[in-house]
Amino acid sequence: MAAKPQIGPSLGTASPRPRRRRSYMASRSRVGYLLVLPAVAALAAIAIYPLIYNIVLSSRFDVLTEPGTGHFTGLANYRQMLTDPNFWGDLGRTGIFMVISVTLEFAAGLILALIVHREFKARGLVRASILIPWAIPTAVSALLWKMFFDIRSGFVDFALKALHLPGANLVWFNSPVLAWVPIILSDMWKNTPFIALLLLAGLQTIPQEIYESARIDGATGWQAFWSITLPLLRPAVMVALIFRTLSAMLVFDTIFVMTGGGPGQSTEVVAYYDWYKYMVSLNFGFGAAVAVAITVLALILATVYVRLLRQRGGFMT
Amino acid sequence: MRQRMGRTGFNALVAIIILYSLFPFYWVFKSSVESSIALNRQTSSLWPTNWTFVHYEAIFAVENFLRPLLNSMFVAGMATLISVVLGSMAAYGLSRMPIKGKVPILGFILLVSFFPQIAMVGPLFLVFRHLHWLNTYQSLIFPYLILSLPITTWILTAFFSQIPADIEEAAMMDGATITQTITRVFAPIAMPGIFTAAILGFLLSWNDFLFALSFIQTPNMDTVPLALVNFRNAYYVHYGQIYAGVVIASLPIALIVLFLQKRIESGLTAGSVKG
Repeated sequence: MAAKPQIGPSLGTASPRPRRRRSYMASRSRVGYLLVLPAVAALAAIAIYPLIYNIVLSSRFDVLTEPGTGHFTGLANYRQMLTDPNFWGDLGRTGIFMVISVTLEFAAGLILALIVHREFKARGLVRASILIPWAIPTAVSALLWKMFFDIRSGFVDFALKALHLPGANLVWFNSPVLAWVPIILSDMWKNTPFIALLLLAGLQTIPQEIYESARIDGATGWQAFWSITLPLLRPAVMVALIFRTLSAMLVFDTIFVMTGGGPGQSTEVVAYYDWYKYMVSLNFGFGAAVAVAITVLALILATVYVRLLRQRGGFMT
Repeated sequence: MRQRMGRTGFNALVAIIILYSLFPFYWVFKSSVESSIALNRQTSSLWPTNWTFVHYEAIFAVENFLRPLLNSMFVAGMATLISVVLGSMAAYGLSRMPIKGKVPILGFILLVSFFPQIAMVGPLFLVFRHLHWLNTYQSLIFPYLILSLPITTWILTAFFSQIPADIEEAAMMDGATITQTITRVFAPIAMPGIFTAAILGFLLSWNDFLFALSFIQTPNMDTVPLALVNFRNAYYVHYGQIYAGVVIASLPIALIVLFLQKRIESGLTAGSVKG
């Protein structure tokens, strides 16, 4: 009877052989798992394995400069970390950096998105010119801005001198407070475009008709912005904020290249602290304890993000 | 009147944005063509004083800057290739096959992209030391998957989901095999999405500094950012050479962005906003 084997899944209820169809679906789902497996396995090997390794390592005394002395120490590394004023100082500085840089980048990103959302002549130029800084490696961006603030050949010094403003001949990186200025400017330069693009994509999903009917109802531009744009932009705002907050929490390249945490420890952040314990002190047990702490903080933020995505729907649901 | 002021303010804002984005590049370029004497003077100027290309010659002849350029291209390229292959497979499975646990799998992949890079440095260092992999390409290629594979998979899943499955089903009805369907029907439609994912994966791998800093100690294995930063760790800082190096490191990136701007933007937002 069935001379031809049936190909394709969509003959529906008319299919004379429901069992064959079920096994066809089963084999498709088996192929599906096989396709997903390599990616998931690769990510697990490079991310989950180090995570577990860190947990084990954090309960041990393991210093590479003292080979053969490794032993189990329980929670000693955590105790040492939590009683180290430098750890808390770095954590505090990281927090302040997060708040300041994310606030500034968000404000600038929102303005940028609103500008680029409008139709004007130089629109393409603006879009291209903000995307280039985004694509430049963070370490190179930090180097660029460090040179920009250089006392001899930098632009900032040149401009301040030319305008006869105070601050010329200032060695920015020698001041515990002012050293943050180039750091934050470099971070903004590199990361604001990302926020702007996410917000722009959010803006483009708001139907124009809403604004028109609001205008007919007599709403001013500001009213429309506060009661239409911002609420409807909320999902994009949340996504951008959490992405940026997380990467600001882990800031490393900029600090390493621009100040190395100095002067003193005034620009040292928690990722730098961890890197130093691992790669300079070679104290891997202690470094692992700090890494576990950082991972926990990051995963809390990430969980919030995944929750938000799921609430909003999209292809994940 | 008010409108004219608004227009002027708007134009001023646009000018500030373009200046903030691009002027630092101009300054680096200007400085890269000035002599060391000019760079060390107490005063500088808006235009290059005496043009010279000695710094460009020096970074290739003395610092062998070609090597880090090739190193970066190779490790970022390999990581991108692996990411695109594994990511396409996973995305095809996730968007086409009737598998359970789609949401947890995508959630896991997203979660992994949030794993702090710094927390992987220590364990990976110990593993690579054990395998004698420090100072090798593979000590960068594999960790770079963590940077590029999650975003590639997400972008590709978003793109593949938008391609209607009817087309492939129709092809299969007409008697095409699965392989034929994928290579002849699906791949041509999916190519733009794959290309977009590849660009972003490449840029993210190219961006790395932390892994290279931790796993590479011999100068001839340096990646571009590491090589540039190491210029200044030398006992005497050759500013001109760093400036020239920054220009050369930025140029290919700027070209990629200018030519592929639309794709990069769509890829960036496909992964996070539409998803």
